Amino acid sequence: MSQDVFVVAEHLQGKIDDVTYELLGKARELAGQSGGHVVAVLMGSGIQDQAGSLGAADKVLYMEHAALENFNPESYAKALSHILEQNKPRLTLIPNTSMGMDLAAAVSVKNNLPLVAYATDVQFDNGQVVATSQLYGGKINVESVLEGDSSVVSVLAGSFPADAGKQDGSPAVETVAAPDGLDQTRVRFKNLIQPEGGDVDITQQDILVSVGRGIQSEDNLPMVEELAEALGGALASSRPIVDNKWLPKTRQVGKSGLKVKPKLYFAVGISGAPEHIEGMKDSELIIAINTDPEAPIFEVAHYGVTEDLFDVVPALTEKLKS
Amino acid sequence: MNIIVPVKQVPDLVEELEINEDGTDLDRDYLSYKLNEFDEHALEEALLLKEEHGGTVTVIAFEGEDTDKALYTAIAKGADRAVKITNDLPPGTPNHVLAKALASVLSGMEYDLILTGVQAADDRDGQLGVLLANYLDVPHVSVVSGVAPNNGAVTVQKEYAGGVMAEFEVDLPAVLGVQAARQTPRYAPVSRVRQVMRQAEIEEVEASDTEAEVGSSIRRMFKPEKGAGAQMLEGSPEEIAEQIIKILQEKGIKK
Ligand SMILES: Cc1cc2nc3c(=O)[nH]c(=O)nc-3n(C[C@H](O)[C@H](O)[C@H](O)COP(=O)(O)OP(=O)(O)OC[C@H]3O[C@@H](n4cnc5c(N)ncnc54)[C@H](O)[C@@H]3O)c2cc1C
Ligand SMILES: Nc1ncnc2c1ncn2[C@@H]1O[C@H](COP(=O)(O)O)[C@@H](O)[C@H]1O
Repeated sequence: MSQDVFVVAEHLQGKIDDVTYELLGKARELAGQSGGHVVAVLMGSGIQDQAGSLGAADKVLYMEHAALENFNPESYAKALSHILEQNKPRLTLIPNTSMGMDLAAAVSVKNNLPLVAYATDVQFDNGQVVATSQLYGGKINVESVLEGDSSVVSVLAGSFPADAGKQDGSPAVETVAAPDGLDQTRVRFKNLIQPEGGDVDITQQDILVSVGRGIQSEDNLPMVEELAEALGGALASSRPIVDNKWLPKTRQVGKSGLKVKPKLYFAVGISGAPEHIEGMKDSELIIAINTDPEAPIFEVAHYGVTEDLFDVVPALTEKLKS
Repeated sequence: MNIIVPVKQVPDLVEELEINEDGTDLDRDYLSYKLNEFDEHALEEALLLKEEHGGTVTVIAFEGEDTDKALYTAIAKGADRAVKITNDLPPGTPNHVLAKALASVLSGMEYDLILTGVQAADDRDGQLGVLLANYLDVPHVSVVSGVAPNNGAVTVQKEYAGGVMAEFEVDLPAVLGVQAARQTPRYAPVSRVRQVMRQAEIEEVEASDTEAEVGSSIRRMFKPEKGAGAQMLEGSPEEIAEQIIKILQEKGIKK
C-alpha cells in the first residue's frame, strides 16, 4: 500500500484544465502529511508534452492509447481503474467536473473504493481522509470520514488556488501500458461541438447584471435588462433561464456556462448554487439581491439586499437614469 | 424504446434548512420536499423520446416523503408505469446502497435506456446513475442534454464547460444522466393528477440486494461559516438604491 496522492489530470483539446493545478497544489500539501508522493495521472493520445506542465507532481503516469484521444466515459474509466488497481494510492483526487463525474463513481464501483463527491476541502485527520462536501445547493456542508487505505474524493473546481499547482519542473514521466480491450467500448466519441458565438461576449464585459429564477417569468426580463442598460453593462443569467430558452446559452454563467470576472457582477434572484458560484466568484465587486437571507450567493457577495427584486430593481434603474 | 426514469424527492432549497441535534443530518421534521429538478428534465426527455419513437416510460422511486404524489404526477404527464421500491431505506441512505438496490430491481426488468437526473442536491457519495450503470455493467454518460436514437444505439450530447459539448454514440442498454431536456418540462394540471390517483396503480416491489460497500460516513453537518460574508444593505427600495449608487461611485464603476 502506498501513501501517494494521485491527481487525475483533466484536459480538453490538448489543454490541461486549471482544476488540475488546483488539485495538484492541494495534493502537494496532503502528500506532505501522508509522507507519500504526488502523482499526476495523464491519459490521452499524443499529449505526452503536457506532462511538462505538471511540475507540481513528483511523477506523471502517462497512458497513451488511441481510445484515449478524446475523453470517453468508458475508456477513461477503464484506464483509470487499471492504474489505480496497479498502484493503490492512499488517496485519488478527481475533478468534480462533467468528465470527473463519469470517472469517480465508476472507479468507486470497479475498484471497490470509498468515494465522497462535491468536496471543497480534503484533509488528513489522525491518519484518516476527511472530506468536506458542499450539498443542498451550497446551503449545507458535510464532513465525511473515508475508511480504508485507499479512497477517492471528487473535488469541485475553484476550491483551491491554481497557482500552488503551477510549478515549473520536469517530473519523471512513467509510461503505463493500456489494459487490454481499451478500444472495445460501448460508448464511442463522435465529435466536439463548439459553442455558437453570441451577440454579446459576457466574458469581456466590465459590468454584468445576472438574472436567475427569482425573475419568475420571461415577461419580467426587460425590467432587468433596463437595469443592465442603465449601468452600461450586459445581461447574463443562471442556467434555468437558459434552459427555459429565455436567454441564449452564451449568456449563461457557471460550471456548464462561462466563467466571468467583471468589475461588477450584479446577481438578481440567483440562489448561488455551487455550479453558479464556480463561474463568477472571482468578480471584483459582487452585489446580490435575494429575498432568502440564507441564499449561498451572500457568501461570495460583497454587498447583499434581502428585499424583493421587483421593488429594488426598478427603484435602482430609475435613480441611475435620473 | 423502453425507458426507465428513477426519480427522487429532495428538500426544497428555498426553505430554511435546519440541522438535527447530532449534527449528522438535516432536521427532517419540517422539511418540504419536491421532485429533483433534473428528474423533471429526465422525465421530459423520456416522454419526448416515447412520443417520437414509441415505447414505454416507467418511473421508479424509493418509498419516502410524497413519493406517491411524484409517481402519480409522472403518470399524469404521460408515463406508462410507476414502481415503488418498498424496502425500509431512510433518507440519507448512501447512494452506493440505493444504486445496488435499484440495480437488483432493474435487472429483472426490460429496458433500453435508464434516464436519471444529472445529480440531486443531497448526494454525497457519488451520482447514483454512474454507480447504477457500473453495478449493472452497462455504459453511461452523465451531464447529457440531447438524446436521439440511432440504429439500436443513441447519440447523445454531453456538456463540458464554456458551452463546449461532446457527441457520443452509446450502445443500448445504457444509463444517461440528464442535465436538460430538449424542451422545458411539461406541467400536469392538478385535476389530471387527481384523476390519475383514482385510476392508476403504483406497483410495489422489494429490492433483493441492499448491501453495498460505502466506506464513508458523515462526521458532521454544518452551515457554511458566513466568513467575511456580504455587508447587508437595508432601508426602503429607494434608500437601498441610493446606497448601491454610492458604492458604485466609490469603486469608480459609476460616475
Ligand atoms: C452539472 C451541472 C452544471 C450546472 N451548471 C450551471 C451553470 O453553468 N450555471 C448555473 O447558473 N447553474 C448551473 N447548474 C444548476 C445549478 O445547480 C442551480 O440549479 C442553478 O444555478 C439555480 O439557478 P437560480 O439561482 O437562478 O435558481 P434558484 O436556485 O431557484 O434560485 C432562485 C432564487 O431567487 C430568489 N428569489 C425568488 N423570488 C425573489 C424575489 N422576488 N426577489 C429576490 N429574490 C427572489 C430565491 O430566494 C432563490 O434563492 C448546474 C447544475 C449541474 C448539476
Ligand atoms: N433515492 C432515489 N430514488 C430514485 N432515483 C434516485 C434516487 N437517488 C438518486 N436518483 C436518481 O439519480 C439521479 C442523480 O441523483 P444523485 O446521484 O443523488 O445526485 C437523480 O436525479 C435520480 O434520477
